[in-house]
Amino acid sequence: MATFADVAAIETEGLVKVYRSGGDEVRALDGVDLEVQEGTVLGLLGPNGAGKTTTVRILATLLRADAGRATVAGLDVVRDAQAVRRVIGLSGQYAAVDENLTGRENLWMFGRLYRLSSADARRRADELLGQFALEDAADRVAKTYSGGMRRRLDLAGALVGRPRLLVLDEPTTGLDPRGRLGMWDVIRDQVREGTTLLLTTQYLEEADALADDIAVVDHGRIIARGTSDQLKAQVGGERIEVVVRDPGDLRHAVATLAPNGDGTCDRHTRRVTVAARGGAQELVEVVRRLGEARIEVDDVGLRRPTLDDVFLTLTGHVAENGSAGENDEEDEDEPDEELAA
Amino acid sequence: MTSFAEAVSDGRVVAWRNLKRIPRIPELAIFAILQSIMFVVLFAFVFGGAIPLPGGGSYKEYLMPGIYIQTLAFASITTAIGMADDMNKGLIDRFRSLPMARSAVLSGRTSADVVYNAGILVVLMLSGLVVGWRVHGTVGDFVLAIVLMLMFTFAMAWIGVLLGLLVKTVENAQQLGFLVIFPLTFVSSAFVPVETLPSVLKPIAEWNPVSALVSATRDLFGNPNPYPPDSWPGEHALPLSFAWIIGLLAVFAPLAVRRYRSIER
Repeated sequence: MATFADVAAIETEGLVKVYRSGGDEVRALDGVDLEVQEGTVLGLLGPNGAGKTTTVRILATLLRADAGRATVAGLDVVRDAQAVRRVIGLSGQYAAVDENLTGRENLWMFGRLYRLSSADARRRADELLGQFALEDAADRVAKTYSGGMRRRLDLAGALVGRPRLLVLDEPTTGLDPRGRLGMWDVIRDQVREGTTLLLTTQYLEEADALADDIAVVDHGRIIARGTSDQLKAQVGGERIEVVVRDPGDLRHAVATLAPNGDGTCDRHTRRVTVAARGGAQELVEVVRRLGEARIEVDDVGLRRPTLDDVFLTLTGHVAENGSAGENDEEDEDEPDEELAA
Repeated sequence: MTSFAEAVSDGRVVAWRNLKRIPRIPELAIFAILQSIMFVVLFAFVFGGAIPLPGGGSYKEYLMPGIYIQTLAFASITTAIGMADDMNKGLIDRFRSLPMARSAVLSGRTSADVVYNAGILVVLMLSGLVVGWRVHGTVGDFVLAIVLMLMFTFAMAWIGVLLGLLVKTVENAQQLGFLVIFPLTFVSSAFVPVETLPSVLKPIAEWNPVSALVSATRDLFGNPNPYPPDSWPGEHALPLSFAWIIGLLAVFAPLAVRRYRSIER
């Protein structure tokens, strides 16, 4: 018998969504399989139009898949939609708060719609306003809020019903760096309290900073899944890079550092790159050998592959917006529009 | 709580939210009232002198019920704009992701609109008194006229909701609203007696729901209400008005709900 703990927070199987307009068909989702365990954070990482928002909207019962099935906490998102809505909290790309209500009124309203009594809704609103540093602005209409404050209010709105699953669709798109760091802090606090989180982002850095587990999405499919470290390992692990002062030393440096021939050098940047299987310890060894060989260097460093490298290796294109032939059908993942709004 | 009680409770929360914003965007109500007063001035003092009423009577008294109904009909454009705005701002998505009654977003909006328009109506009636409009009927007839007008504004709000859910932008809501509501109010007996219209437009104007409402309220207020001889819609304006209101609700409320349920963007 399945106990509560056995039920995955999210489970999807073969989700397909096709958008049609005129004669054109765009497969926004082309068979998405996902599993997210309770208490973990999954980052859905991908460029614009990859299918992240479509996946989120299906899980949040806002959109129906054309094929496949999805459950949230064991509840089917189509058959048990209303029950699903009780266990999720959604905060989207747009700060979906009523801008003519104050922060406090917004949260009270959401509380009432989660069927809290008026007094409980008021208490919950106060709690969240404190938690999200919105107390000073609590009685101002949301219209007057900064972008970061609106996002925090929106996130607070998603938490009013104490959801078991929090779904954040590009929570920092359009925010300035300070606003982004502020959002990261409040998201981390939520995760620390044990909320299961599904997060979509086009920022590699963000997935790295917030998610335990990353699923890379491209053209409506999950093309890789793993921890940030596992994904980086796929690209070939760490490397040591040495920049020599004198280009004439390049050959000597390669011979010294990589006698087996697995080093590369670039004359233009005077850079020698070798695989570092021993991590930081090997860096010490490299420095010692360079000293013995009397090779002068400008820079020595251990370089870990970034998620950008991962993306490039997996997809053959950089994680940038709008690879050809997609992302036009729906309003999905369009930060430009978002900024204009 | 039963699901009906829940739906009512959720609807009240949404209505609260819609009413809360009225004093916070005062320009909405102010423009609605100014626009109507502009029509009063335009027709009462500019065109009015050139519009003779068959059978005589005060044009200003004839005009005011037309202005009331026109204003209530135009209010549905405001409803459409509000709905489109909520869609674009993502608020509708937020509501759809909450475990609230599915009907509440629409019922809350339309019922708030009735309250809001009741307020507008009070201001307009006071303006009417200033320019010389008078009520000659009984108190019972007066109350019936008010009830009729509020029912009409409720029905029109559902049309506005549907329009707002069908369009993509606030601007489109405004344009489409004008396209539907403008001819509806002008090809009617709101401003000119139906008899003066060309024969092509006459039957349309006679059967127009706006004409029915305007005629019924004129009769109830005891204001002049000339209509062509042997005109069935003219003679049965009150039952026809109720029929129109019920008919509009029966068509547009389910359409709006269906559209809301199938929003997938």
